[in-house]
Amino acid sequence: MLGIRGLLGAVADTMTCPLRPDDYWAIINPLWSRRELSGRVAKIIPETSDTSTVVVRPGRGWRGGLAGQHVSVGVSIECVWHRRTFSLSSPPGRPDGLIALTVKARPDGLVSRHIVHGLRPGQILRLGHPSGRFVLPDAPPARLLFVTAGSGITPVMSMLRHLAEGGAMPDVFLAHSARNASEVIFGAELRRMAARFPTMSLYEHHTRPTDGRPVARLTMAGLSAICTDLPERLAWVCGPRGMIDDAESYWRESGIGDRLVTERFHPVTFPGGQGGRVRFARSSRETTVSGDTSLLIAGEDAGVIMPSGCRMGVCHSCLAPLVRGQVRNLRTGEEHGIPGDLIPTCVSAPARDVDIDL
Amino acid sequence: MAASTHLSAGDIEELGEELDRLRAEVLASRGEDDARYIRRVIAAQRGLEAGGRLVMLASLLPPAWLAGTAMLTLAKILENMEIGHNVLHGQWDWMRDPQIHSTTWEWDSASPAAQWKYSHNYVHHTYTNVLGRDRDLGYSMLRVTPEQPWHPIYLAQPLYNLALAVVFEWGIALYDVEIEKAWRREKDLGETLNHLGSALMKVFRQGRKDYVVFPLLAGPAFLPVLLGNLTANISRNIWAHTIIFCGHFPGGTRTFTEEEIEGESRAEWYLRQLLGSANINGPAVLHLLSGNLSHQIEHHLFPDLPSNRYAQIAPQVRDLCERFGLPYTTGSLPRQTANVWRRILRLALPGATRPTAGETSSEPVTST
Ligand SMILES: Cc1cc2nc3c(=O)[nH]c(=O)nc-3n(C[C@H](O)[C@H](O)[C@H](O)COP(=O)(O)OP(=O)(O)OC[C@H]3O[C@@H](n4cnc5c(N)ncnc54)[C@H](O)[C@@H]3O)c2cc1C
Ligand code: FES
Repeated sequence: MLGIRGLLGAVADTMTCPLRPDDYWAIINPLWSRRELSGRVAKIIPETSDTSTVVVRPGRGWRGGLAGQHVSVGVSIECVWHRRTFSLSSPPGRPDGLIALTVKARPDGLVSRHIVHGLRPGQILRLGHPSGRFVLPDAPPARLLFVTAGSGITPVMSMLRHLAEGGAMPDVFLAHSARNASEVIFGAELRRMAARFPTMSLYEHHTRPTDGRPVARLTMAGLSAICTDLPERLAWVCGPRGMIDDAESYWRESGIGDRLVTERFHPVTFPGGQGGRVRFARSSRETTVSGDTSLLIAGEDAGVIMPSGCRMGVCHSCLAPLVRGQVRNLRTGEEHGIPGDLIPTCVSAPARDVDIDL
Repeated sequence: MAASTHLSAGDIEELGEELDRLRAEVLASRGEDDARYIRRVIAAQRGLEAGGRLVMLASLLPPAWLAGTAMLTLAKILENMEIGHNVLHGQWDWMRDPQIHSTTWEWDSASPAAQWKYSHNYVHHTYTNVLGRDRDLGYSMLRVTPEQPWHPIYLAQPLYNLALAVVFEWGIALYDVEIEKAWRREKDLGETLNHLGSALMKVFRQGRKDYVVFPLLAGPAFLPVLLGNLTANISRNIWAHTIIFCGHFPGGTRTFTEEEIEGESRAEWYLRQLLGSANINGPAVLHLLSGNLSHQIEHHLFPDLPSNRYAQIAPQVRDLCERFGLPYTTGSLPRQTANVWRRILRLALPGATRPTAGETSSEPVTST
């Protein structure tokens, strides 16, 4: 049954054709468009010297998500839109309807630096819907372990806030690595939380303490001496590549690989393909790129509207059919090229000349 | 090979470099002001359209009918000319905004965007004014240059050109299907039927909106609203036809042969665009309502630069023309329109040589 709303919607569509009613609403307020989900920056909260939390009011059509998930965020920098993925640091379903992203400015990062240093309240961001499998199971396990470093705390913060909302924290061990105490993102809140819930243990690992000599990186072997029941805990790890590689091999070698969930902010890539000409059939655009440039970046730079989400090969938002040619998966180094194959453009580079149906 | 002029190969290369430099300057300075411009035009257009349709609901009162129809006509003109045409050229693709992008845009015109982009952006802008290649040269039905062999059917061209003006958007939609090419077996029949199908679908949707849904919504004002919408569509058609015909057909514009463009360099392509296009001078509002096709010369040199920049670079293009002794064809709208019609009337009859008598009207470049 179409229903009265559906019927009205269909009539409205015929009235605005070839546009959609939302294209008119968006002129008055971008947040009213369901077609292009947007959010308005409500507040920017500095966290550390290079990290800020952006509190956003999402527009109509925001569906919410689970603690630990990430969203694709579009930011206009000098009037050019750029997309990157950020984890939500807020718990799902805040009563005020706001969401929060926490972004660390990378030294030469285009988008992260703009968000931390250039974004102002009132500005509009474009949003995707939350996705990702770095989440808690429906029934949280009795004992949990979180291992994070730097901005890797963001998705975990969302989970911890979500757990704390219930008023009772399960048995949680959080190990977080940062340069020093003042560089710990959400440091004050985490310490307060650990003081409030006796079931929560917080271990801060400072590699460059303000008083004292540099300390070695946090390793899983080292951690197992501090968190002695580590193998019995269900673990979530999010941090730089070295930390995740270490965790994955540690858990695998301990034969408990199925008790570990990881989230990478940056794909592990195997560059080395030849590269070639990339033709975007539907947009009639063409460009030639090296063997370590993803089709996603190649397309964006050539002015093609490329769908994207996580930009690291996990969410499948960027899939597009291969028309012809050979592509190289940047995560596995594997080459393949069956016409019609759905290619994740964010982690595929041209092995030779390729045509993509975009 | 280049179109024949007094310029040496070296001169032409130099002209090309100057134009490339001009283009690079604009590319480097695109930014906030340009983005704000297109967003404001789009907002104004949507506001005018919604407002016009709203006012027209009261069109049992003649002033409301008049105001509503005028607003809707303006909105439709802006939508086709300054917004649709230019967005579909990719002039705003640099903003990477999926909402204002040549690959996602669809316009309120009978021709589906994809077909129009092929026949206009590719065929017309690449082979501008080349006999046998540029189908826009007379739109496969008019004799607009003496090199086209005469046929008795052209005796009627003044009449059917008038008719074309009235039904312009539908004419263009049909023309973009390239039925005559399928007839000559140059285009696959199945593909042609597909194109025809999507054009008819578009015509149906546009017609349903203007001639069924909105009139029905107006209840007792069914008929006035239908007539208002029809008036707006026809006025927009006549306006678009007028502006577009002033772009390449007034006296002073040149046509070329296929031999002339063989192995053409980028600089030579620039030269052909310069020689084959004509501007219209007038106030800023004329530029806006013509989608800046009043700067046809600048548009043909740089089809993908934002339209709001054409006025800004026009003096520099004109200076270049002066420096290289090239014509810069321009005139007021009434003058250029009269010029086009004189040509259409003259070429309805057999004969006529190039340039058609009494039509060498490219202005000396120093005049303003
Ligand atoms: C699922 C997921 C969740 C994410 N969540 C967050 C988050 O909550 N907070 C946050 O600050 N960031 C997060 N990121 C990272 C974010 O998406 C961007 O990659 C990061 O902000 C850098 O973007 P940029 O435009 O500033 O850098 P760019 O200009 O794109 O890159 C600059 C340079 O840094 C390198 N680089 C970029 N990102 C990384 C990285 N993460 N590690 C190592 N090198 C890198 C690039 O290869 C390049 O050489 C997440 C990424 C993913 C995939
Ligand atoms: S963007 Fe997520 S898989 Fe490519």
